[in-house]
Amino acid sequence: MLLIECPWCGQRDQTEFSAHGEAHIARPTETATLNDEQWGNYVFFRSNSKGLHYERWTHDFGCRRWFNAVRDTVSDQFLVTYKPGEPAPDAKQLTQQLSDATSGTAKVSGV
Amino acid sequence: MSHVNRIEGIGRIRRGRAVRFYYDGRQYFGYEGDTLASALLANGVHLTGRSFKYHRPRGIFTAGSEEPNAIVQLESGAYTEPNTRVTQVELYEGLRANSQNCWPSVKYDIGAVNSLLSRFLPAGFYYKTFMWPASMWMTYEHFIRNAAGLGKSPEQKDPDRYEQLHAHCDVLVAGGGPAGLSAALAAAKTGASVIIMDEQSEMGGSLLASDETVDGVTAAQWLKTTLETLGTYDNVTVVPRCTVTGYFDYNYLTAAERVTDHLGIGNGGYSPRQRFWKIRAKRVVIAAGAIERPLLFKDNDRPGVMLANAVRTYIRRYCVLPAKSVCVFTNNDSAYDTAIAVHEAGGAVTVVDTRQSASAVSVKRARDVGITVYHGYAVSNVIGSRAIRRVEIRRLSDDAQSLVGDPVTVNAQVIANGGGWNPVVNLFSQSRGKLRFESGIQAFVPDKAVAINPSVSAGSCAGVYDTAQCLATGAEAGEIAARAAASDPKPSVPMPQLTKALAADAVNGRDFYVVPANTGAAEGLLQKWNDRGYSKHFHDLQNDVTVADIHLAATEGYRSVEHLKRYTTTGMGTDQGKTSNVNALSIMAGIQQTDIPSVGTTTFRPPYTPVTFGAITGQNRGELFLQARKTPMHAWHELNNAVFEDVGDWKRPWYFPRHGETMHQAVDREALATRQSVGMVDASTLGKIDIQGADAAWFLNMVYTNAWLKLPVGHCRYGLMLNEHGMVFDDGVTTRLGENHFHMTTTTGGAARVMAWLEEWLQTEWPEREVYCTSVTEQWAVAAINGPNARALLESLTDEDLSDESFPHMSYKSMKVAGLDARVFRISFTGELSFEINVSARHGLALWEALIDAGKAFDLTVYGTETMHVLRAEKGFIIVGQDTDGTVTPFDLGMSWIVNKNKPDFLGKRSLSRTHTAASGRRQLVGLLTDDPDTVLPEGAHLVEGHVRRVPAVTQGHVTSSYMSPNAKRSIAMGLVTNGLDRLGESLTAQLMDGQMIGVTLVKPDFLSIDKSPETKPEKGQ
Ligand SMILES: [Zn+2]
Repeated sequence: MLLIECPWCGQRDQTEFSAHGEAHIARPTETATLNDEQWGNYVFFRSNSKGLHYERWTHDFGCRRWFNAVRDTVSDQFLVTYKPGEPAPDAKQLTQQLSDATSGTAKVSGV
Repeated sequence: MSHVNRIEGIGRIRRGRAVRFYYDGRQYFGYEGDTLASALLANGVHLTGRSFKYHRPRGIFTAGSEEPNAIVQLESGAYTEPNTRVTQVELYEGLRANSQNCWPSVKYDIGAVNSLLSRFLPAGFYYKTFMWPASMWMTYEHFIRNAAGLGKSPEQKDPDRYEQLHAHCDVLVAGGGPAGLSAALAAAKTGASVIIMDEQSEMGGSLLASDETVDGVTAAQWLKTTLETLGTYDNVTVVPRCTVTGYFDYNYLTAAERVTDHLGIGNGGYSPRQRFWKIRAKRVVIAAGAIERPLLFKDNDRPGVMLANAVRTYIRRYCVLPAKSVCVFTNNDSAYDTAIAVHEAGGAVTVVDTRQSASAVSVKRARDVGITVYHGYAVSNVIGSRAIRRVEIRRLSDDAQSLVGDPVTVNAQVIANGGGWNPVVNLFSQSRGKLRFESGIQAFVPDKAVAINPSVSAGSCAGVYDTAQCLATGAEAGEIAARAAASDPKPSVPMPQLTKALAADAVNGRDFYVVPANTGAAEGLLQKWNDRGYSKHFHDLQNDVTVADIHLAATEGYRSVEHLKRYTTTGMGTDQGKTSNVNALSIMAGIQQTDIPSVGTTTFRPPYTPVTFGAITGQNRGELFLQARKTPMHAWHELNNAVFEDVGDWKRPWYFPRHGETMHQAVDREALATRQSVGMVDASTLGKIDIQGADAAWFLNMVYTNAWLKLPVGHCRYGLMLNEHGMVFDDGVTTRLGENHFHMTTTTGGAARVMAWLEEWLQTEWPEREVYCTSVTEQWAVAAINGPNARALLESLTDEDLSDESFPHMSYKSMKVAGLDARVFRISFTGELSFEINVSARHGLALWEALIDAGKAFDLTVYGTETMHVLRAEKGFIIVGQDTDGTVTPFDLGMSWIVNKNKPDFLGKRSLSRTHTAASGRRQLVGLLTDDPDTVLPEGAHLVEGHVRRVPAVTQGHVTSSYMSPNAKRSIAMGLVTNGLDRLGESLTAQLMDGQMIGVTLVKPDFLSIDKSPETKPEKGQ
């Protein structure tokens, strides 16, 4: 069972949370002006990445707040969690952390 | 029968404490400290069951949890438990066990005829059976299950109590042998919190059957001292009889503790039978030990063929010499310890070693005490069926590919079979760690852990077989783990691994696995194993899989190890192939003429050993499985004969039968009375959300399809919520209590979902907006009164002016009702004049009783959810989730009037005009009238064109709601029909499963004669 760091509450069991798919997909503002393809991209299409995945979670059985996380979909390792509105952490830097961690040369600190 | 096989000595049994037990109805006795296995062997009982497929006689094979053969049905009735391993059952007074998988008795078994038919039960026989005529499968399945079942499930409710325990620690040590104990001690010394668990009745592992000197003292003395020392640490928890069964992500491990099983039925006192641990460990030391692997030879499944270390364990730990004459058959040094143990116990022993020579200390020691050793020999034949009478051995050719020379007869009734060791890498593999094949010891060992599951393996599970090395690696592992936990408490990085190198314990001969069947050395391996000479070399004893079966699977193309496993069922028994998996890989490697690592391994999955459902369930059963939600009026409903139904977690009154009424009669009465005078329903379960803030109206304008900005204070409006796909996902009436204050209602089942939906948008998309949502579902109790006399009833309990002018439809007033502060909403879900009276939850029952009292003057009738459904369906009002299913737009519901096209945006708006969503051919909600007014359609029934039954038929849609309506005096229904709104007046046919064809006509979903009251369309009220 995953151990997830809620940015407000700290580390809690996975059973307190639920996942809500990819993060940083802003809702278009002028929806009426979008064609089907543009609107379809917002509603239906997701990156489904292997490796780093920016995703949304809620702490349902806790503070009930939303937050974002970067998780490695291969190893299920959470690299960082952060509050909504905060900028997406740099992927290159996180990838470096990940390879350092795997090779045991550096520590990865959660938020 | 006396203890024919009990020998002198102390071991770990308590001779002063005799224990009576029954096996297959016969009485025996053993001692405290015995397992059922050791007690049976002491009494000379080897034969314990029949095999799964061929019903061959089988006996006790091991002395541990890896036992594949000797599994029994323990106890009877509600306490019965199938598939218990006799090697794991501690003896208690009055224990009763029965052999399973044999009829009429273990000695004379009718299913043994399968053995003669073995060529009809080859590898993949399950799958091949499926290929017979499908219609016959039911018959075959019945036969196969009865003939080859593994024990019988209990049929009564489990009377025992189980509990679950959540634990946290710095270091969890899985396994209490020499490596685990020294790891725990080393970790404890750093001050770390330590939990050490072992599956056996006492800690010690291999030390419990060792004659070694450890740290200058006997193994028993070292064990005693170490446990006493551990006992002095407050930061150490020692848990025997506890198997670490699963290793999950972020060092979350499960363990099953058998707390009082060993005390016998009903003797557990206040303690649970079993306890299921859920442990979050900062670091893990795996010290799970190793399991001996058997050599494979013809008839190697006979009772009396045992693992070499098991024979040693029975002698030294339980003082049982399984037979007076023992043949030790091995390819390595460690089995010589068994030979010495037999010799010291006074038995006759012969060693058959496949190696041409050996020079280890133990080998020399065996020779020195005069034990006969045959080098370069192998067991070629086992004489005897239900017991071994004698053993034949033959010389191996130089290339070990065939047997040469004449057989030599060895007098032995037990074969101690030692083909090397397999480290228990199960937990490590479950943690997603990678394995490495060490050819020196011909075994898989832990290689690299993943970052989120930092562990270190020590002792023989890491391939270190020497006791001194186990102690050293254990101590280092314990210290590494404790220091890592202290420096980085999150299990997020791999730990440093051991500096102590793996002992290069490579011994010539360990790669010998299968005794050749001598069918011609010149042929290739593939041809050789095709021969039926290998059809009695059993490598998986529990599932009856032979070397020949693996060959057959290979020739049929099942070469991937995962396919091989499923096709032959190798390793798929309750023992999960603990003694068979690596042998199966070696056979496959031989066939493919490659090495074991190229064949690969199957995935190790939890649990390590079987766990009872009781332990997994714990206290979460019966009433405690799911907490029921009850309204403040629940007690009244119970007193008044309500029949309840589950709506989400709520218990809601379904109907209130009077004087032996049927449900149908009760609902008819309730529905008629409501429209004739006044009816009341408990609506407290309705979802209620309090919404406040400067942007509250703006927010509602975004989440509902209609307009909200100009709703006057004190007025109510019905709204539909869509998801971004444009599909309806909830509905309800929301009221403006103040300029920036709204009271939203949702469906009973959708309350939590809607709350989460609102929060999602506020927190993630519009955080700058000032809106606050609070769930108040449980803060308000709601009584809804409906019917022509609803106003008169309410007037009798309040001084407020309730006239249409002062209190119009779709409006709200705060007032005193029966002296209680109340929020009253004039909204309707029945089409009748209706008031929903909300009071503080603690006053709910008082309000209800006041209404009941005052209602006597108006013939007030209380109704339940079924009547509520009938009344709403009579008016064509939808229920989201019943008449919609996530694929339905407001237009599909015929509710285009609720979609405000002038609003620039609302959630889901753009999707409504997507090409696909706007296309014709969608399922649309219509009313359905059956040709026969007395026929009630089943909900879910499909509608087709024409009157002739056709299979398959093209569906035109399905029935979503269907009732007998006492007010319309006929059956009524609604359904989703392709282009339904354009087809009103057309006829379709409901084609039922039982063959009935019921004609229906499509109509507008409003089933009562049109009346002009404003409640008819409450949604359009404002
Ligand atoms: Zn939280």
